[in-house]
Amino acid sequence: MIEVENLYKEFNGQPVLKGISTAFEKGKTSMIIGQSGSGKTVFLKCLLGLHLPDKGIISFDGRKHTELEIKDRRQLRQEIGMVFQGGALYDSLTVEENIMFSLKMFTDQSNNEMLDRVNFVLNRVNLNNANNKFPAQLSGGMQKRVAIARAIVMNPKYLFCDEPNSGLDPNTAMVIDNLIQEITKEYDIITVINSHDMNSVMEIGEKIIFLKDGVKAWEGSNKEMFKTDNEAVVDFVYSSNLFRKVREVYLNEKKQ
Amino acid sequence: MNYFEHVGKYFLMLKQVFKKPQKWSVFREMLFREIEDLGLKSLGIVMFISFFVGGVVAIQTALSVDSPFIPKYLIGFATKRSVILEFAPTFMSVILAGKVGSYITSSIGTMRVTEQIDALEVMGINSLNYLVLPKIIAVLFFYPLLILLAMFLGVYGGYAAGILTDLFFAEDYIYGVQLDFNPYFIKYALTKTLVFAFVIATIPSYHGYYVKGGSLEVGRASTQAVVWTSIVIILLNYFLTQMLLG
Repeated sequence: MIEVENLYKEFNGQPVLKGISTAFEKGKTSMIIGQSGSGKTVFLKCLLGLHLPDKGIISFDGRKHTELEIKDRRQLRQEIGMVFQGGALYDSLTVEENIMFSLKMFTDQSNNEMLDRVNFVLNRVNLNNANNKFPAQLSGGMQKRVAIARAIVMNPKYLFCDEPNSGLDPNTAMVIDNLIQEITKEYDIITVINSHDMNSVMEIGEKIIFLKDGVKAWEGSNKEMFKTDNEAVVDFVYSSNLFRKVREVYLNEKKQ
Repeated sequence: MNYFEHVGKYFLMLKQVFKKPQKWSVFREMLFREIEDLGLKSLGIVMFISFFVGGVVAIQTALSVDSPFIPKYLIGFATKRSVILEFAPTFMSVILAGKVGSYITSSIGTMRVTEQIDALEVMGINSLNYLVLPKIIAVLFFYPLLILLAMFLGVYGGYAAGILTDLFFAEDYIYGVQLDFNPYFIKYALTKTLVFAFVIATIPSYHGYYVKGGSLEVGRASTQAVVWTSIVIILLNYFLTQMLLG
C-alpha cells in the first residue's frame, strides 16, 4: 500500500499541495483528477520522488520514501514503473533496446533471457514485430504500448501513469485503459493514474481522488462519483452536456 | 539566477557526474557510442578545416615575407608554430565547441523536455552520471588524437599550398618545419586540449540538463552553451598560456 500523509509542496513560496492525505491499494486502479494547475502532476512527481515534499510522509509498504538513504531510494525506484505522458521513450534506442534498458542496468540476465522477457512484455501489450523500430517510427498508441511494456518489464510493484490517453483516439484510449487495468489485476500491483480523460475515469477508476487548488476535495469510486453531490466534483466531471445527461439518466434509473 | 549560482550549480553537477557507473557494461556501451558521436563524426570537419587553414597560414606568411633578407624557411617555421601552439588546440576547440557543444546541449535538453531524464531518474539511475560521464571520458580520450591529426594536416596543408602556388620551395618549408622543434610545445598543446575537451563536454551538458520549457528553450540553451564554452576556452587559453609558456 502507498500511504500519503499531510503532503505539502510549494514552489517559490506558492503552495501547490496543501496537506494531502490518502492511500492507494494493491490490485486497484486509482486515478487522480482535477483541473489544470490543481497540483496533480506535482502530486504524482512527489510520489515518484522527482520532487521532494516540503512536509508530509509518503510510504511504500511501510518504507518512508522521504527518510530513505539515496541507495535505498534507488532500490525502491526499481520497483516503480512509470508511463509518461509523451511516452518518454529513448529516441536513440529501438523499441527492443528501450524495453531492455532497465534489465541491462539492474539484472545480470543473459542477452537471450532479456530478449525473451522483452518479447513477453511486447506480446502482453499486443505489440509484435516492432522490436527493431525506433520510437519516431511508431504511432502515438504504439508508443504508449511500448511505454507500458517498458514500465512493466521489471515486474514493478507500483505503476504510475501520467495522462496515458492524451493525444489518442477514443478507441485506442480504451484499449490502453483496459490494458492498464488488466495488468493491475494480473500482477496485483498498485496503479496510480493522473488523468483528464473522464471516459477513463468512469471506466477504470476504482478509486478517484479529486484535487482542487492543491487540496483533496473529494475521494471515492467511479460508482460513487455518479451519485456525489459535491459541487466541485459535479462542476468538473459533468461539465460536458453528454456527461450531465448520462448522470441524470443514471440517477433517474436509481430513483425508479 | 546570477553567474555565481550557475557556477555553483555547475560544480554540484560535476559532483554527481563523477560517481562510479552503476553498471560497467552499460557504461562501456555508452562510451563507445559517445566516441563515435562526439569524436569520429568530427573527424571530417577537423581534417577539412585543418588542411585549408594550414594552407592559408602558409600562403599569408609567404606573402608577408617579401624581403630577400628574410629566409624562406621561416614560412614553414611560422606555420608550424602557429598551427601547433594556437590553431590546432585553441581554434579547433572553439570549432568543436560549436559543433559538439550544440549537439550535446540539444540532445540532453531534448531528453529533459521530453521527460526522458525523468524516466531515467524514476528507474533509479543517476542520470548525470549515465549521460555526462561517458561524454567526458570520450572527449578526453579522443580529442588529443583529433588535435594531433589537426596539427599534422595543418602543417601538411601549408606544404601543399606551397607546392600548388609556387610561393616557396618544398625543401625550404620542410627545413623550416624541422627547425628548432621543441617537443614541449606538443605537450603544451595537448595539455590545453585536455582542459578544453573537459569544458566542451561539461558546459553544454550543464546547459542541456537544466533546461526548462520546450524546443525553443532547447535552441536557446544550445546557443548559450556554445557562447559560454567559447568564452571559457578563450579565457582558459590565456591563463594556460601564461602558466605554461610564460
